[in-house]
Amino acid sequence: MGPIPRNYLMRRLGIFFLTIFLAATIIWLIPRLAPGDPITAMIDRMTRTAGYVENSDIIIEGWKERFGLNDPLPVQYVRYLGNMLTLDFGYSLAYFPTTVSQLIAQALPWTLGLLLIAVTITFLIGNFLGAILAWSSTPRLFKYLIPAAMIFTSIPSILAALFLLYIFSFLLNWFPMLGSYELGVTPGLNLEFIGSVIKHGTLPALSVILVSFGYWALGMRGMMITIEGEDYMHLARAKGLKSFYILYRYMVRNAILPQITALAITLGTLVSGQILVEYIFAYKGMGTVIYDAILNQDFAVIQGTSFMLIVMTAMAVLIIDLIYPLIDPRISHGGK
Amino acid sequence: MSTVETTPETVAAEAPADDGQLKRTMGRFNQWDTPWLNPKLLTGAAIIGIILLLGVLGRFLWDTDLAYTASSPLNLPPPGFVNTRGQEGIWEHPLGTENSGRDMLAVIILGAPNSFLIGVVAATVGMGIGIVLGFTAGFLGGWVDELIRLISDVTITIPSLMVLIVIQSALRQVDISTMALLIAAFSWPSPTRLIRAQVLSMRESGYVQMAKLSGSSTRDIMFREMMPNLIPYLFASFIGNATGAILAAVGLETLGLGPQRVPTLGGTIYDAIQSAALLRNMWWWWGIPTLLLATMFIGLLFINLGFDEIANPRLRRSSQ
Repeated sequence: MGPIPRNYLMRRLGIFFLTIFLAATIIWLIPRLAPGDPITAMIDRMTRTAGYVENSDIIIEGWKERFGLNDPLPVQYVRYLGNMLTLDFGYSLAYFPTTVSQLIAQALPWTLGLLLIAVTITFLIGNFLGAILAWSSTPRLFKYLIPAAMIFTSIPSILAALFLLYIFSFLLNWFPMLGSYELGVTPGLNLEFIGSVIKHGTLPALSVILVSFGYWALGMRGMMITIEGEDYMHLARAKGLKSFYILYRYMVRNAILPQITALAITLGTLVSGQILVEYIFAYKGMGTVIYDAILNQDFAVIQGTSFMLIVMTAMAVLIIDLIYPLIDPRISHGGK
Repeated sequence: MSTVETTPETVAAEAPADDGQLKRTMGRFNQWDTPWLNPKLLTGAAIIGIILLLGVLGRFLWDTDLAYTASSPLNLPPPGFVNTRGQEGIWEHPLGTENSGRDMLAVIILGAPNSFLIGVVAATVGMGIGIVLGFTAGFLGGWVDELIRLISDVTITIPSLMVLIVIQSALRQVDISTMALLIAAFSWPSPTRLIRAQVLSMRESGYVQMAKLSGSSTRDIMFREMMPNLIPYLFASFIGNATGAILAAVGLETLGLGPQRVPTLGGTIYDAIQSAALLRNMWWWWGIPTLLLATMFIGLLFINLGFDEIANPRLRRSSQ
């Protein structure tokens, strides 16, 4: 253990900023390369319905002003980057005058909370199962059950969400079908609200857990098998150490660390999966905001929420990568 | 899963646990004892094959014009079931029909290959880029390697679905090939990393050194010495990529951002959700494409597991 080497830190920070810069550039550039500029199209649509929208001319003017459509492209690009950096994503078209940032501020806690709980549970269950699976003292029966559970892993979370929603909400009526909490309940630190949140969050969380725990189990198992062949395992056996002690002290502790790196790599997929699950359950998170925005052709919201999720993911990956050398003494960050 | 696939190398590399296993293994030393006849691989290939066959043969055996709007009666369940309005299913529409009068069987026949095609095209393009970049990085080293690693590290951190959502909602109308190419733009980093790592480790191995000493050209070393050893890895990576690409495509389609002119499985699920098929208990509408997609992913999983075992003999031994 020791301080994070400067080179490594600089490289990681560089990747972080480059990621955000690249993502911001792509989502700015590609819509402009395509025929039919989204903003012009949006304003056209608004102009067409101008007779019916209150204050529409002010909105249109505001938008034109805001996007500076008459400025040359490089000026627009620099201004856009500045806006993105200050998390100023402009106004939502459908919910004017709500800003995109306000929509995000409402939705993000739900997404982060659900994600954190789901990922923690998945990580624990998956690694536990993977360790059990590779351990020679595990009853045989277990070894047949787990590969069957792995099949779940291959199924996308959105499909699992549909099945769970149908079975447990529609057919059995055990869980509510939509939303993050009951409509009549006042949000706050009371039992009724917390109970309602848990009830509404169970199926969305389960959809994520069910389809991703096998990934960790497979990874853990692979790691354990590699460790099985190491010399120190033979030594431990020769010393006559108890099987469970070997499992925990020699195998799991060595195998779990690369799993943390794997978490950094798969986080993007996890976030994407959850966004879709939220939309299926109409959970109040970012997924539902994005879906509504797609329906309303609310491009600023789509751009803002997606960018925010990209930033959050990149940040989480950065944190994991920076913590990693502190917990795994085997890793050195010199030249590699 | 069994000792059948144990190859001579594993036996040589690892001391067998008992004499019986050695005998059994030696007894299977024949032409069928090839790691490519992996049961998981074959199972997966069979599942995917059946789905594709449905798409290809279905076009000849079933009237695919029924996949268009208003070609059939509305909201019919499959035969033997009753919908909420008390209508019974008829055999003219064996998988039922949906809200706007499309025959589900015809939709699936047209849709299943589309969803699959997007994945395969995206994975192929991604793989091609990955092979070129991975070999370049591994062989040249230096600043080229640094640059390629940097870009792939950056790309891999971006949750591609988010970027794709923005792009597709800006484009509105996308066709299958545009969608596949957009997805491919995010599916090259993992093959690049994999191939780079393999090339780096192979570069130092005896047979590559030998080939270098005997004056083989760089191209020969790449394609005649290294490539054959990479094939199982390439296949595994390809399948992984295709799975990821289909996943991205289905995600976009279910959000209503997929191709709108051709039926896709994800697009069908989107329509079903839009029309509250779940609440109207029209399970055949959302359930059949969901089930088919799930089966497709399970098939891909089996293929992937099979290639993993071929590439990594240790897995074969330990899965007993």
